[in-house]
Amino acid sequence: MSTIDIETARRVAKLARIRVADDSLPQLAQELSGILTFMEQLGEVDVTGVEPMTSVTPMRLKRRPDAVTDGNIQDKVLSNAPDAREGFFAVPKVVE
Amino acid sequence: MSLNELTIAEARDRLKKGEVTSVDLTEACLKAIDAADALNAFVHKTPEIALERAKAADARIAKGDAPAMCGIPVGIKDLFCTEGVPSQAASNILSGFRPEYESTVSAQLRDAGAVMLGKLNMDEFAMGSSNETSCYGNAVNPWRRGNDDTALTPGGSSGGSASAIAADLCLGATGTDTGGSIRQPAAFTGTVGIKPTYGRCSRWGIVAFASSLDQAGPMTKTVRDSAIMLQAMVGHDPKDSTSADIAVPDFEAALTGDIRGKTIGIPREYRMDGMPAEIQKLWDDGAAMLKDAGAKIVDISLPHTKYALPTYYVIAPAEASSNLARYDGVRYGHRATLEAGDGITEMYEKTRAEGFGPEVQRRVMVGTYVLSAGFYDAYYNKARKVRALIKKDFDDVFTEGVDAILTPATPSAAFGLGEMKDADPVQMYLNDVFTVTVNLAGLPGVALPTGLDAKGLPLGLQLIGQPWGEADLLNTAQVLEDAAGFVSKPGKWW
Repeated sequence: MSTIDIETARRVAKLARIRVADDSLPQLAQELSGILTFMEQLGEVDVTGVEPMTSVTPMRLKRRPDAVTDGNIQDKVLSNAPDAREGFFAVPKVVE
Repeated sequence: MSLNELTIAEARDRLKKGEVTSVDLTEACLKAIDAADALNAFVHKTPEIALERAKAADARIAKGDAPAMCGIPVGIKDLFCTEGVPSQAASNILSGFRPEYESTVSAQLRDAGAVMLGKLNMDEFAMGSSNETSCYGNAVNPWRRGNDDTALTPGGSSGGSASAIAADLCLGATGTDTGGSIRQPAAFTGTVGIKPTYGRCSRWGIVAFASSLDQAGPMTKTVRDSAIMLQAMVGHDPKDSTSADIAVPDFEAALTGDIRGKTIGIPREYRMDGMPAEIQKLWDDGAAMLKDAGAKIVDISLPHTKYALPTYYVIAPAEASSNLARYDGVRYGHRATLEAGDGITEMYEKTRAEGFGPEVQRRVMVGTYVLSAGFYDAYYNKARKVRALIKKDFDDVFTEGVDAILTPATPSAAFGLGEMKDADPVQMYLNDVFTVTVNLAGLPGVALPTGLDAKGLPLGLQLIGQPWGEADLLNTAQVLEDAAGFVSKPGKWW
């Protein structure tokens, strides 16, 4: 039985950039624990010598020339932005 | 019979003979859609676009330049980006998003002359098996348990597509399938749906959930219709590096009705403990029908089947957590209202908390966890290794001469909306137990209705084919469809 404690749940939410209220953390921790316990069945499988799958169909990815194929569509790129100004996406001030 | 009740094949033939126009068909569908708001299947209606395209299709048919889908009214799942038309994957985080481009699959349908009626309901980001995670509210199954008026789920994630086909609101619909999202809703609504081989359809312009598993496919009233519609959706696309550059056969021409000498495998691991007797009977009856048609039925073993769900629920959330990182409130969709002093991190966190529903948040966080330092090997790499073994199980039986595999499509008939509300998330995941292996192995799979349960609800079987074997698979499916003779329709209450 896998257990995710409240601090781990808080850390995962932080990594995922999803705000979770403090009083919702216990329930989140419990749900994540349940899902991870379900996944732990995989521990029973002998995978000695098995390579992790990288592609489900044996295919070589196609190569293409590294060339510009599109452009001059600034208006289209910005048309769905919640906040666009002077041809740029606008975000809150970043102070590190 | 009103025109919206036609199959694609019937409509195509009548259009060609000039007995009916695309405008007639489209108007009949638009009228049916407006009368079916109780089903909540169409969530963005596009009647102006539909009538404009119908007129263009009629002109094209008159000139004798008409591919099979020309003039056929279809619905498009909300996961497909459609130019200038809301496309929000049933999520609040994409509210207001109107793409400047068209997905390859919907563009191919459009270019073939198909008429888009609107966008169809679904689970948020295709994460769900009951259409209950949608920001638009539940889609409702047109089928009911006899005279019981309990609202049932049409399944998910392509619940709106399935509901719309079953209720004759459109002649065909697009779906997508990451773990069963075409086949499970098809089974719940007495309709047909095929998930093609991974790489058969371009994923470009389809909102990504789990990129190594996602495939688009048609949802229709008959197997023949799936063959016709699939033909217009497939093909190599330079914009999707995983789309296959291989020849596409004529799927409809492959429907010969002859499966003599084919070998159909019955996997013993799919005989789950506690499987309802009527599902077992449906499965046995299906095998008997294929045998009567001249196929050889053999017992097979797919030993890693029981690990498919846990494997899927590592890989799919891992990929989802990466794919959904792009929803940050900067380039499109929702941005949270910020308070004085909030910086960019607060903007991300608040935007994603407000925009994603609970199931999507849960999966993004599970994915984040299994990809995080210290757990990557134990969960993610382990799952990728087990996935390789699951695929090998299938490779082995195909090498031994099995042409297709017959299984139930779902462990039950459609359940009531809200009935799973208090169940833990893993209970809901069990809906995908028969379908998820197919995505993990990249194979084609088709679900079709072959019977009714004791309460009068449709039940479906699934056929799984060899990679790139859709033509052969659809032929076997049509033999089963003909033998089962499923003709029931839901009684109209909406």
